[in-house]
Amino acid sequence: MTFLVADNRFSDPDRAYRALIEAHRGLSDEASAALNSRLVLILANHIGDQAVLQDALALAKKSMVQPESASS
Amino acid sequence: MNTRKALYQFGYRRSPDQDRPTPAHHPVVVVGAGPVGLCTAIDLVQRGVPVILLDDADRIGEGSRGICYAKRTLEILDRLGVAQTCLSKGVTWKVGKVFQREELLYAFDLLPEDGHKMPAFINLQQYYLEHALVERAAQLPDLDIRWRNKATGLKPRNDGARLTVETPEGSYDLDADWVVAADGARSALRSMLGLSFTGEVFEDRFLIADVKMRGDFPTERWFWFDPPFHDGRSALLHKQPDDVWRIDLQLGPDADAKAEQAPERVLPRLRQMLGHDNFALEWVSVYTFQCRRLERFVHGRVVFVGDAAHQVSPFGARGANSGIQDAENLAWKLALVVNDAAPERLMETYEFERSAATDENIGHSTRSTDFIAPRSAQELRFRDAALALARHAPFAKRMVNSGRLSTPSTYETSLSTPDRDAWAGSARLGAPLPDAPMRDREGRPIWLLEALGGQETILYVSNGDPPPCSCRILTIGHDLIDENGFFEQRFDASPGSAYLVRPDQHLAARWRHPDSSMIERATRRLRGFDGGAA
Repeated sequence: MTFLVADNRFSDPDRAYRALIEAHRGLSDEASAALNSRLVLILANHIGDQAVLQDALALAKKSMVQPESASS
Repeated sequence: MNTRKALYQFGYRRSPDQDRPTPAHHPVVVVGAGPVGLCTAIDLVQRGVPVILLDDADRIGEGSRGICYAKRTLEILDRLGVAQTCLSKGVTWKVGKVFQREELLYAFDLLPEDGHKMPAFINLQQYYLEHALVERAAQLPDLDIRWRNKATGLKPRNDGARLTVETPEGSYDLDADWVVAADGARSALRSMLGLSFTGEVFEDRFLIADVKMRGDFPTERWFWFDPPFHDGRSALLHKQPDDVWRIDLQLGPDADAKAEQAPERVLPRLRQMLGHDNFALEWVSVYTFQCRRLERFVHGRVVFVGDAAHQVSPFGARGANSGIQDAENLAWKLALVVNDAAPERLMETYEFERSAATDENIGHSTRSTDFIAPRSAQELRFRDAALALARHAPFAKRMVNSGRLSTPSTYETSLSTPDRDAWAGSARLGAPLPDAPMRDREGRPIWLLEALGGQETILYVSNGDPPPCSCRILTIGHDLIDENGFFEQRFDASPGSAYLVRPDQHLAARWRHPDSSMIERATRRLRGFDGGAA
């Protein structure tokens, strides 16, 4: 049984974040959403573990509930 | 250009060079008496090279500008004789806090380790640093500062350059073997050489305000994403000396710079942030920023340093700090070259080492800016996702980026001799030495970096044998006593270990059991002789 790893795994998380940002530069909002959907499917398949995927979904949903309204 | 009120006024004085029939000749002329130009000039003079320092103004103006000085910068300033002035005036801090709305997302501590002379950071208005440097410069007879001397012409030659200098009493020419361009982000010398300054332009506007008040905020760096007092944007609060607080407010790309600086616009914003009226506005400015650099910093005999060579966004305090580190990297090399103690190609390593440092600084500053000021709906979604996840998952906290604060570069450089032995500890080849508390021969406390000063040195851990070379040696256990074991731990030292330290206190080589020929080769290599042939 594997678990979702929530600790940082990148040697340089800032660069990983920047790579995501750069991939979206110049795209329309619709194209960005399409790119993200593809990316989610690719990464989900790479994980290849239903339990981990469920954990990731649960974490993402949990973070949607915010104590206060965030930025508009 | 300079509309700031003068805080310190200096006088123009006629130089004998202005009355010569032919141009006077000097080894080094530094253009620009900001922090970087002053540091370069002072360091060169301390190394025995006389310097002419030209500045187009005759005063230090109001406005705090660069306020955060990092540990490595303070160590450099200590060697230049001004750190104590800065420390006693400055506000020492090391804790940063990042908030979203009113909630603390995380806190960081920049220097959780004891046994360093200098703190992680101090905050100090740039004018205090400049004033301390000008006072230090005045103690040095070989440092000739010429106020209201504006460089208006530059003619490069193979063995130097001719500068045309404009003064209130007309213009004159100067010949220099080397010209150091420290004339800032709008460098006139850069334009005179027709060099392009390229990079990324950021559109977001930021309001910067210095506010005088008695606040009971702690001396920490506080950063808010989407603060309750400034919806959807970011804010930064930082303490300076004299009960002055620095406030940065993100305004967005469409803000009207002029309108935003008007008191009727600024004061309500600050009132909302501080929750009271009991403050006075000292200085306010609206800025945008760019991350740009020159492709090359050394152009024949003209060398660019600081903002004249590269510009970063303010997040991370990488402007003044990296400029002062440029100054330190350049000064010892230029001094060796001017004194014929090293080949001219040593200057290429200034280019190489500081160019890599510039890319590192621009990279950090760009990534922080991406996070703080998202440019599209999708970037904002990523940013808000990271912030939201940060409450639930440690990995996301690491992605939250409110500025990665200036740390010194570790040089991957031909001046270093690659390690042959295995080493633990925090000392790294190419990096500045970690400091350590020691005692001298008389038992008086002394810091390792103080003992080193600006001289090339071998640190040798005594094993009973005589020291392995005839260069400047400090023997641990004899000249310096490692009373509390900090040195041993940080340098993974064992009896017989030796460390070759550059004049800028970066580690150039180390051995478990060196012989004199190994040290001889490494010291030649450090000066740019026999590069790579170790």
